[in-house]
Parts: sequence; structure tokens; C-alpha cells
Amino acid sequence: MEKDRREFLKIGGISVLGLSALPVFEVLAQEKGPRYKPDPKALKGTQWAMIVDMKKCWEQQDKRQCKDCILACHKIHNVPDIPDVKREIKWIWMEEYKHAFPDQAHEYAPEKVKENPFMLLCNHCTNPPCVRVCPTKATFKRTQDGIVMMDFHRCIGCRYCMAGCPYGARSFNWGDPRPYLKPEDINMTYPTRRKGVVEKCTFCYERIDEGLQPACVEACKVKALIFGDVTDPKSEVRRILSGQYSLRRKIELGTGPNVYYLI
Amino acid sequence: MYDAKKIVPGIIIFVVLFTFPLWSNMGKAAPAPKPELPKTEKVCVMDTAYMKTEHMVLLNQWRDLVVRDANRLWVGPDGKEHLMSLQNSCMKCHSSKVKFCDQCHNYAGVKPYCWQCHLEPKENM
Amino acid sequence: MLEKAFKGGQKYWSLLLGLLVLSGIGFACFMLQLNQGLKITGMSRDVSWGFYIAQFTFLVGVAASAVMVVLPYYLHHVKEFGRITILGEFLAVSAVTMCLLFIVVDLGQPMRLLNVLLHPTPNSILFWDMVVLNGYLFLNAVIGWTVLSAERKEMPPPKWVKPLIYVSIPWAVSIHTVTAFLYAGLPGRHFWLTAIMAARFLASAFASGPSLLILLCFLIRKRTHFDPGQSAIDKLSKIVTYAMITSVFFLLLEVFTAFYSKIPGHMHGFIYQFAGYEGHAELVPFMWLSVILSVTALILLIPPQFRSNEKLLKIACITVFFGLYLEKGVGLVVTGFIPNVFDKVTPYVPTVPELAITLGVWATGFLIMAVLYKVAIGVKEEIRA
Repeated sequence: MEKDRREFLKIGGISVLGLSALPVFEVLAQEKGPRYKPDPKALKGTQWAMIVDMKKCWEQQDKRQCKDCILACHKIHNVPDIPDVKREIKWIWMEEYKHAFPDQAHEYAPEKVKENPFMLLCNHCTNPPCVRVCPTKATFKRTQDGIVMMDFHRCIGCRYCMAGCPYGARSFNWGDPRPYLKPEDINMTYPTRRKGVVEKCTFCYERIDEGLQPACVEACKVKALIFGDVTDPKSEVRRILSGQYSLRRKIELGTGPNVYYLI
Repeated sequence: MYDAKKIVPGIIIFVVLFTFPLWSNMGKAAPAPKPELPKTEKVCVMDTAYMKTEHMVLLNQWRDLVVRDANRLWVGPDGKEHLMSLQNSCMKCHSSKVKFCDQCHNYAGVKPYCWQCHLEPKENM
Repeated sequence: MLEKAFKGGQKYWSLLLGLLVLSGIGFACFMLQLNQGLKITGMSRDVSWGFYIAQFTFLVGVAASAVMVVLPYYLHHVKEFGRITILGEFLAVSAVTMCLLFIVVDLGQPMRLLNVLLHPTPNSILFWDMVVLNGYLFLNAVIGWTVLSAERKEMPPPKWVKPLIYVSIPWAVSIHTVTAFLYAGLPGRHFWLTAIMAARFLASAFASGPSLLILLCFLIRKRTHFDPGQSAIDKLSKIVTYAMITSVFFLLLEVFTAFYSKIPGHMHGFIYQFAGYEGHAELVPFMWLSVILSVTALILLIPPQFRSNEKLLKIACITVFFGLYLEKGVGLVVTGFIPNVFDKVTPYVPTVPELAITLGVWATGFLIMAVLYKVAIGVKEEIRA
């Protein structure tokens, strides 16, 4: 009996030792063979956030019906232009006050606020319901910088995330999106989607990982879109947020949206 | 034999149908694929033997590395860095899907669905 | 035992042929859907789940037919149910099969279905629904088949089935609970965001499943030499009565909370269902029909002299089944999306191919049920003879 136990402990100890050595072996193995790494230019943050300064935006909307951010985003990501509103796909779009903020809109708000559309996009929630419900982790929250990502390779098209998202930020490819892309406008460096998967704004993870700002931010000529790390007290977003009062959509749901609106 | 009248023709029909692919292609061996290799570059992200048999495994690994783990660069066995991207890296050297990818894929009768999302380079033919 | 399914009269074969034709049409439309995408359905960006998921939700309830005969028989020794446990179990098998098929036809990428197993995600309720539905299918198929085989040999069933039977009872509760959790845990969908969703699912399940079972028992008594027994039907009708009362009561609780609190999000769904909202009233006739059917059902079920009358009981069961079908299989899912998260209304109407696929799945389920019932009844007749 005594001997058995000793034997057991010995084997157990060796096994544990072996398991703890595993990561070391993996690293050593990596040293020799091919390796992978992030781009050193990649932007680094803990939770990306965006501020939409509607005053600046509305000025441009009035002046020249500005849609620069939408056009830039949708062109760069090959977002199809589907005329049927029931089947449309949108990553960043315009929505009236009472529809963007149905829980807090009231009829006595300033005309400017009531009449002019807000820019809406995925809120990259701190506590995203879409990620919670996805059965395959096709949509997930990046641990390093809080982007709510879409892995189009993995999505099975169950659309549970669309039911889960309280912001209507998700679109489904009801059919093949390619016929709705103008061949001359296609961005050859970014993929399209195929039918049967869900898509949405990814905060331009592909640009952030190469050290670039999101496409909409870059496209806005009046700097109405400000992007940065909301956990960094020295960031521009934090400076603006501490300077003036801002709105977020449906905060009572506890999702922790990371898109802020200035009006 | 019990029920031979039914069994024997049954067996014959089964054998004929089962071997259909064999005899229908008899004598018409498809020509071996000749994928066109890039003229400018000599080294790939991994050695040729590995790429020939395992490129799909590598691509599968890449997509998780890039989309899920925010990696961008692949350091090949020779220490050279490559961007991990089918559209922006592989197809920059192998600039013709028709002359490279399709050669073997058609021969092997496989239809990878990569191209339902990823854009193939415009062929100048 | 399966050979019994291959020996039947002309009526049996024409029934199977009819169902086969319907599922064939459904399959052809599914092929069209695979090719074209879900754009051939009436679903949209705003109403992103439609008829398929609604059918699935209702049919999870029908699968409760098994537990409502198994529980009294095995836990409370209600001997009358001994003859019909097999009918409950086989009905559950076909109902759960339909549920799984409805989920598959609703997927945008059904070929990637196994990603759910390849990347198991315990925080997703859909993952757990996959687990409990497949588990329930497995349990009922194994239990039903094994017990029937033993019955045919006139032997007691093997000992290892007993634990499976006991597991199947709480398991049945789990399928309704988990399916209700699919809806009840979503922020921003007020119509679904209710703690009694699971309780409502259980109540309506315990009414709709057994009521279909009663109708099937009557049919079997008329068409075959096997009599499920009057006392079993009486007991089932009592279960249907109490479950239906509970189901209606739970629904009224929801109505109270919504309209006494006057919280707009909680009221809008009901307003859309029963009066129309912002000029859209697609569901109004169906929902009122559901109310009429449910009230009729209660009137016919509650007085014992009515429900002991075979004719009235049949009508009562039909009204229960269709009343709850309209509530769960038509109203519940779509209304969750109306009004949408922007407080706008996008109406939803299923398309013809969508209905054909739906009918095809139902036909497939009934085909499975017809074959399994044929086997079960064949065995019962053989024993009697």
C-alpha cells in the first residue's frame, strides 16, 4: 500500500514537471522553426473607444451632405450597397435621434438634435451580449484592446448575435454580396464576405494592427471622429470626455458601449 | 443457389456501378498539373515540399493567427519576414490563381472556398 | 423490430408517400435556399429570426409529451400510462428531430454546423440547447426502442435503462428551460426579457405535447387493434387541463406587468400582437384567434363532464394545440423583433419557399413518427394476439 502511494506520487510529480515544462519546449521549438509576431507598428491600447462630435458632423452634413466616413469605411471593407433596406449591410450609418436614442429622446429637444441624424456604428461594448451568445466564438472580444471582432471564417450564420445586439449594429448576408459591389470600387486588399455570415464594424482591426487609425477617423476632414484608448488617462478621448458631457446609447442595459456622442 | 436469378444480376449491377469512375476514365489520364512558379521570388514562407502538401494547414493556421490573435508577420525558416495574408502576400508572388492555384486544385478535383470571400488577382489575359 | 414498418396496408403506404412527397418538395426548396441564401425567406436585418426558429420553439414544447407520461408512470406508478409511454417517447423523438432540422435550415452556413462542437462555447445558450436537444433525442430513442424490444419478448426491460429513464425526466425540463433562456437572456429585447419565460415554456409544453398525444391515441384506437386505454386518456386530459390553465395564467401575468408598469418596451410587443403598432398589424388576426382558441379550450377542459366527453375532448385538444401553436409558433419569436432596437417596425411575412421548407420539415417529422408508431403498434398488437 505504502509502496503504491509512493509510486503514484512519483509518477504524478514527474507528469506535473513534464506538463510545466511544456510551454518551455514550445518556445524552444519556436526559436528554431518559423515564428510569427504582431506588426511592431501596431497601435496599442487596452480598450479602444470613439467619440463622435455631432456638432462638427452636423456642420458638414449641412454644408455638403457629408458622408465621408461612411463612404471610406464601406469602400475599404467592400461593404455592398444593397438597395433593399430589409437586406442592407451597414458598418457605419446615419440614424435619427429618436431611433438612435429611443430610451432618452424627447419631443422638446433642440430642433437641431431632433432633425439631424447621428452616426451609428458598433459600440465595441465592454460587456458585449453578441459575444456572450455566439455558439462558436466567431464573434469575440480581443483581450488586448477590447475590439469586438468578427471571424468570418467561423460564423455559422445562426444570427443569435443579431438578436443579442441591442444596437442593431449587425448585418447578415442574406445572399451573395458580390453582385452589389461595383467592380471598379472593389478594394483588392480586403476580402468580401460570402452569403450566410454576419458582419459589422471591427474598428478597423486590420489597420490598427498595422499602426493606422480607423478608416472613418482618417476620412473625417473636421476631426468629428476621435479614436483612442479610453483606459489611458492621458489619451485625447479621455481629455475630451472629462471636458464636456457626452451621451452613450442604451447604457441602462449594462453593455458598456464605447462610442460616445457629443452634442 | 437460393434466389440466384435475383442475386447474380444484382451483384453485377453493383460491381458495374461501383467501378464506374475507374472504367469511365480508362485511358484518359489527366495531364499532370504544372503550376507556374513566380519568376521574381525564389523562397516561399516555408520550403517547397512543406508548401506542396501542407499549404492549407498553414493558411488555416494563419487565419487564426491574424484574425484571432492579432499577429501580422510570419518569420520563415530562413529568418525572412512575410505578411500573413492570402490576398496581400501569397497572391503578390503567385499572381495568377488560374496558373497556380487552379492547376493542382482542378487536377485533384477540390474547390477551396477561400475565393468566395478573398479576392483573386485580376488576370491579365 | 423495424420490419414491422415495412408491412402495412394501402392507407399506411399512401400516408408515407404523401409525407415523402411533402418533405421532397421541402428539400428541393432547401436546395434553392442553400444556393441562393436565406434571401428566399421573408426574414430581414430587423426580423432576423422568423418562421423556422418559431417552429423550433413550439416543437420543443411538443417534445414534452414523453415526460408527461413517463414521470407519472415511473415516479408515481400510474399504471394506465404503461401502455402509452412508448407513444410519448416516439412523439418526442420526432418532435426533437424536427427541432434540430429547423435549426439547421435556419443557419446561413449549415456546412459549418460542426463548428459548434469544434469550438464549444459554454457561455452560449445555443451551445447548451444543442447539448440538451441531442441528449433528449438520444435518451428517448434509446429508452423507447429498448423498452419496446423487451416488451416484445415479454421480458422486463434491461436494468441499465432505468437510470436513463430517471435522467430523461429532468432532462425534459432542461430542453424547455434552455430554449426559453435563448430568449430570456437578451438585453434590449423587452418582449422576451422576462424571468417567467422558462415557466411559460414548461406550462405550454405540458399542454401542447399531451394534447397531441391524446389526439394520436384516439386515432390509434380507431385505426388499429391497439387500445391506449380510456383511463390513460382521462389522466392525460387532466394534465392538459391544469397545464393549459397555468399557461394562460402565466401569459396574463406578463400582460399585467407590461400594462400596469406602463414601461413602453414591455407594452409594445403586446400592442403589436393584439392591436397593431405604428400601422402594422400583421399578427393581429392570428393572435386573437389564439385567444379564442385558448378560451374555448379552457371552457371545454375545466368542467369534468365536458372533458370526459370524447367529442368535446377532441375539440379541446385541437384548440389547445393550435392556440398554443399560434402563441409560440407564430407570435412569440417575431414579436421579439417588433418594434426593433431602433423603435421601428419592419413587418415579417414568410415567403412561399420558406413555408414549403417548413412544411417539409413537419412532413419529415411526421414520417419518422408514422414509422415509429407503426413499429410500436405492431408490437403491441403482436403481444395481444
